[in-house]
Amino acid sequence: MTERLLEMEDLRVSFYSRDGENQAVRGVSLHVDAGETVGIVGESGSGKSVTAKAALGLIGPPGKVIGGDIRYRGESLLGWSDGRWRKLRGNRIAMVFQDPMTALNPVKKIGAQMTEVIRRHRGLGKAEARREAADKLREVGISEPERRLDQYPHEFSGGMRQRVMIAMALSCEPELLLADEPTTALDVTIQAQILDLLKDIKARSNMGIVLITHDLGVVAQVCTRVVVMYGGMVMEEGAVEDIFYRAGHPYTQGLLKSVPKRGGGLRERLVPIEGTPPDLLDPPPGCPFIERCPHAFGKCVERPPLFELGDGHRALCWLHDAEHSAAKVPGAAAGGTDAETVGERGASDE
Amino acid sequence: MNRSKWRSVAGELRSSAFGIAGIIILVLFTIAAALAFLSPHDPNALNALERLKPPNADHWFGTDDYGRDYFTRALYGGRVSLTVGFASMILATGIGVIVGVVSGYFGGWIDNLLMRLVEVIMSIPSFLILLLLSVFLKPSVGNIIIIISLLMWMNIARIVRAETMSLKEREYVLYARASGQGAFGIIRRHILANLMPVVIVGATNNIASAIMMESSLSFLGFGVQAPNATWGSMLNNAQGLIAQAPYLAVFPGLFILLTVLSFNVLGDILRVGFEPKLVRR
Repeated sequence: MTERLLEMEDLRVSFYSRDGENQAVRGVSLHVDAGETVGIVGESGSGKSVTAKAALGLIGPPGKVIGGDIRYRGESLLGWSDGRWRKLRGNRIAMVFQDPMTALNPVKKIGAQMTEVIRRHRGLGKAEARREAADKLREVGISEPERRLDQYPHEFSGGMRQRVMIAMALSCEPELLLADEPTTALDVTIQAQILDLLKDIKARSNMGIVLITHDLGVVAQVCTRVVVMYGGMVMEEGAVEDIFYRAGHPYTQGLLKSVPKRGGGLRERLVPIEGTPPDLLDPPPGCPFIERCPHAFGKCVERPPLFELGDGHRALCWLHDAEHSAAKVPGAAAGGTDAETVGERGASDE
Repeated sequence: MNRSKWRSVAGELRSSAFGIAGIIILVLFTIAAALAFLSPHDPNALNALERLKPPNADHWFGTDDYGRDYFTRALYGGRVSLTVGFASMILATGIGVIVGVVSGYFGGWIDNLLMRLVEVIMSIPSFLILLLLSVFLKPSVGNIIIIISLLMWMNIARIVRAETMSLKEREYVLYARASGQGAFGIIRRHILANLMPVVIVGATNNIASAIMMESSLSFLGFGVQAPNATWGSMLNNAQGLIAQAPYLAVFPGLFILLTVLSFNVLGDILRVGFEPKLVRR
């Protein structure tokens, strides 16, 4: 039996602006167990970062958690005082941000920024905290950590800074690590190194990791389970294999088709998803993907439930409704297995 | 504070003749004012035989209408002006930074309250308040410092508030929150250090205006009281004698001008030096 760390149930987060209520997260349910790496995938504005921030209680005005529940080890976090949150943040749940160039204070030495977190949460003295910080830097592959601690962020490269950020996140040995697009701001080779580092960390500890990304390649490399988000809702979730080989939601299938495949060759055509994401100020009441979905039908104006497709594999799509069984459920179109569909689409574009 | 920023300021200073002149003037004045007690003359000793002597070997700046050594008086006057300038700057900057950071970081009703207060104070002509307050308070150096600071903190508060609002949206502040730091810890560790450039520039310009305010107040007779000299009161004294002894007006006037100008030039150099640049000169 695995330990359940984080659990969200029907989470709703809205941001209030002059234009009205921007419903960034509209009923997201997900969970993360110890030892697993969950990828949250989605395009910009799908609510993935907001979901992660909500888990740390970092939604501040004009944003508000308006419904649902967030539980950590079974205990509801909503309504916690700031003081209680602070004991959780950085200590049991740590976060790594997208852009390592801006996430470090430019006027403070790396050592000062690292030991600060260690001293507060672990109550160590200055010298001990410094030794600990040096150890963590070594752990993430930074050489000469003692000298590096006395340097300023501008003396580090982007990849090195992200290593520092990860070292800082790991410094209190958290149970859960939230990584919000940790590789997006880095170039491909550095990206690969950081992903290797994350895999390495995963192999060594029983930490739960949430990896937020819009890069399916990253997900395939690192994650054990995937949650696909769109328009503030979870479209599909399941094991990596389920998502990549048996995608049950037209949106997931569309995402997979828009990514180049290894061995796709020069003649491979990428199929973009036509249209734009829904306006979250006035989201459609039914499926958020309705306007861009090639399979949309009458029922899609109602909000679909999550249909169980297999063990832990669920999709939010009416196509899996028993009543719809008469219609043909589109097959898995992923991993380059459904060349026919790809070919058809490509041809019609010409 | 970043070492490279200071290097950039130093570079800016080196390339500006005015800047170097300003620094030299300020250092000279400060040393002279600090060592004023070495003068063989008593700044307040009357001497009926030596009235209105033009500058000579014994009295470098001549003597005033009471026969007092004008050079010594100018030194002691500089002491008052510089003390008032620095002390008011420190007090005003302190108030301004606290108000500005609190206002900018917490926002909401606190921000509203503090900023409306700033606007109310700023909307009253400051010299009017200055005169009114100095009528009610005993005109000592300490009181003058307090009055001037109370009229000067608003500019710093506004600049600091704007800067804080931009700093608190930085990702490292979000990261600090995500790693469990409290509001005051974040302000202390991450906001204040990054505020230094704007605060230093604002404070430097504030010294100049504090010295101006003190001089104007003394000129009008509401500042430091006779027989103690300040540049402002010396100017006031010189008014009636401008035809017979123009040097009585020239010396204190020149000192006020040079000091204020030097601080303003310095403030400018700091501002340019702290600005992020694409190409270093």
